Amino acid sequence: MSTNAITTQKVNFNVFRFNSDVDYLPYYEKYEMEVTSEEVVLDILNRIKWDHDGSFSYRRSCRHGICGACAIQVNGRQTLACKESMSDMVELFGNELTIEPQSKKRAVKDMIIDKGDFWEKHDAIKPYLISDVEEHPEHEHLVTPAEAEELNEADLCIQCGACHYACPVVEINDDFFGPAAFAKAYRFEADVRDDAHDERLQELHAEKQGLWDCVKCMECAEVCPKDVDPISKITSLHNMLFKEGVATSNVATRHAVGFKHSIARNGVLDEGGLVLYSEMAGIVKHVPVALKMFSKGKIVPPWGITKSDNLDEIKKLVASSSTAKF
Amino acid sequence: MEKLKYALFTGCTAKQSTPEQMLSTMAVADKLGIELVELTEASCCGASHLQDYDDFLSLVLNARNIAYAEKHGLTMVTICNTCQLNTAMTKHRLDNNADLKARVNEKLGEVGLEYKGTSLVTHFLYAIIDDFGLDKIKEMVVTPLSQFNIAPFYGCHNIRPSELQNETHKTPENPYNPTSLDDLIIACGGQNVDYEEKNKCCGFHAELQAPHTAAVLTGNAIAGAMDGNADWMVTPCPLCHLKLDTQTAHASTAIGRDVALPVLHMQQMIGLALGCTSEELGLKHHLTKVDFV
Repeated sequence: MSTNAITTQKVNFNVFRFNSDVDYLPYYEKYEMEVTSEEVVLDILNRIKWDHDGSFSYRRSCRHGICGACAIQVNGRQTLACKESMSDMVELFGNELTIEPQSKKRAVKDMIIDKGDFWEKHDAIKPYLISDVEEHPEHEHLVTPAEAEELNEADLCIQCGACHYACPVVEINDDFFGPAAFAKAYRFEADVRDDAHDERLQELHAEKQGLWDCVKCMECAEVCPKDVDPISKITSLHNMLFKEGVATSNVATRHAVGFKHSIARNGVLDEGGLVLYSEMAGIVKHVPVALKMFSKGKIVPPWGITKSDNLDEIKKLVASSSTAKF
Repeated sequence: MEKLKYALFTGCTAKQSTPEQMLSTMAVADKLGIELVELTEASCCGASHLQDYDDFLSLVLNARNIAYAEKHGLTMVTICNTCQLNTAMTKHRLDNNADLKARVNEKLGEVGLEYKGTSLVTHFLYAIIDDFGLDKIKEMVVTPLSQFNIAPFYGCHNIRPSELQNETHKTPENPYNPTSLDDLIIACGGQNVDYEEKNKCCGFHAELQAPHTAAVLTGNAIAGAMDGNADWMVTPCPLCHLKLDTQTAHASTAIGRDVALPVLHMQQMIGLALGCTSEELGLKHHLTKVDFV
C-alpha cells in the first residue's frame, strides 16, 4: 500500500489579468484555494476558469508536456503548467504564488501572449532539414546511433518558449535570435544529413542577432522543461563556427581565441592584454574606465602579472590538446 | 571543530583587477581559522570563453587544476562564480563520461598528472555556509552591520544550472529564491534587501561584444538594489563586482537613470563584521567609493 497519502494545503494566488480589447493596464486578481499534492499548475488554471471566472484565458492542449502550449510564469519562473507539480512550486516559493504570462509586455489576454517574435526567430534559422535528396532513392539514408547521439537531445524541444522568454537578452535586444532558435539550429547543424551547414552558421554568426550576444546567464538551461540545455547547444555552435571556418575576426571571436593565447603565455589571464587583443583599435573606448581602475590599483601592467607555476606543463598541454584553429 | 583546510583556486581576477578580493579572502580565512593552500600551478579556467573556442582544451586545463587539488588531498575552493561553474562543470563531465575522462587523462599523462575525481569543488560562500556554519560566523561578529541595508547580488554561475551546482552544495540553493547570501548578510548583523534583480545577470560575459545589453543588465541590477533602499551591494563573484563597480557610467546612460552603489565582495562584508580594517579588506580599490567605513 502506498504511503504517499494525498495532502492539501491553502495557497494564495495572485493572478495577472489583462484583456487588450478593454483594459488599459493589467491588474491582479487574488484567489485562495485548497491545493492537493497531486495537482499540477494547469489544474489551478482550470479551476480559476471553471470555478471562479469563465473569462480567464490561457493556452492548453495536450496536457502531457509535449505541445508546449501551456507555458506561463510562476513567481517569475518560466513553467510548463501541465508538467510542474503544485507541491514543487509551494516547496520552492511558499504559499504565495504569482501567476503571470510568459512575457507581460506581450500579453494579449490574461496568460495568452503574442509569440510572434518567437516564431519569427524560429523561422529565421531555417528549422528544417536542407538536403539535396534524390527523388527516387534506392536506399534509405541511414544515420548511425553515434551520429544520432550528436543531436544531444536538441530534438526534444517542444517550442514552449520558456527559455526564450526567460532570456534577458531577448528582453533587451529585439534582434537576438534567443536560446530556443539556437537549440533548433543546433538540431540541424548536428544532423549529418543536413547540407545547409555553413549557410545556417553564417546567419547565426551575425552581430546583434547571433550567438555572440548570449550573456551566458544559464537561465535557458534552468527553465527548459525538456532538459534540452540550450546554452550547451550555443557553446557547441560557437565551436562549430571555428571548426568549420565560418568564424570571422570580430571582438567576440578574438575574445574567445585570446584566452588560449593568454593561457599559453602566462597560464593565468592577462586581463588587460586580452581586452586589447579583442578590441584592437576599439580599446580607446575603455580608456576612461581603465584610467580610473589604474588609479585605484585595479590594473596590473603586463610585466606585473604573476604567471602560473609549472608553466611548461600548461604550454605543453595547450600545444598538444588544442585542436581548434583560427 | 577540526581546522578547515582547502586548496584555493584564486582565478585570474583576484590577482589582477580585484586585488581587494584576494586581500579580503586571506584576511577572512585568517579570522575564521580556515587554512587555504593556494594552487599556484593553476591556470585560467577559460571563463566560458575558451570553451567557445576549444572545449577539449578547456577540459584538459580545468582537469589539471583539479588534479593539483587532488595532489593535496583537499577540496578545491573557488572565489569566482565563473571559475566555480567551469571547474564544477568539468568535474561533472569527466566523472560521468569514462571515455572523456580517459581522453583528458591521456593528455594530462604527458605532464605526469592524472585527474582522479577525488576532490570536491566548491565556492568559498558555500564552504562557509556548509562547512564553517553561519551560527559560528554569528558568534564571531564583533561589528554587527546592523545600520546597513545590504543588497545581495548572487551572480548567475553560482546558482545556475542548479542541478550542477547542487552537486557541490550540501544545502541546495533555489535559483529563483536563493538564500545563502541573504543568510550571510543576516549572520553579519545586516538587513538583507529583497529585490527582483538579485538573482539576475550582470551582463559581464557580453561586455565587449554586446555592450548595450550588458550595460542595461548592470543598470537594472543596481537600480533594483537602489529602489530597495540598499546602502550597498554584496556579491560572491568578482566578475559581477567589476561590472557593478566599474561600469556605472555606461549603465546609467543605458537605462537613462543615474545608478551607483558601493559593491563589496562577500569576503569584505564578512571581514567588516569580524573587525578587519579597511586596509586589510582593500576597500580603497573600489571605483564606486566605499564611504561608510
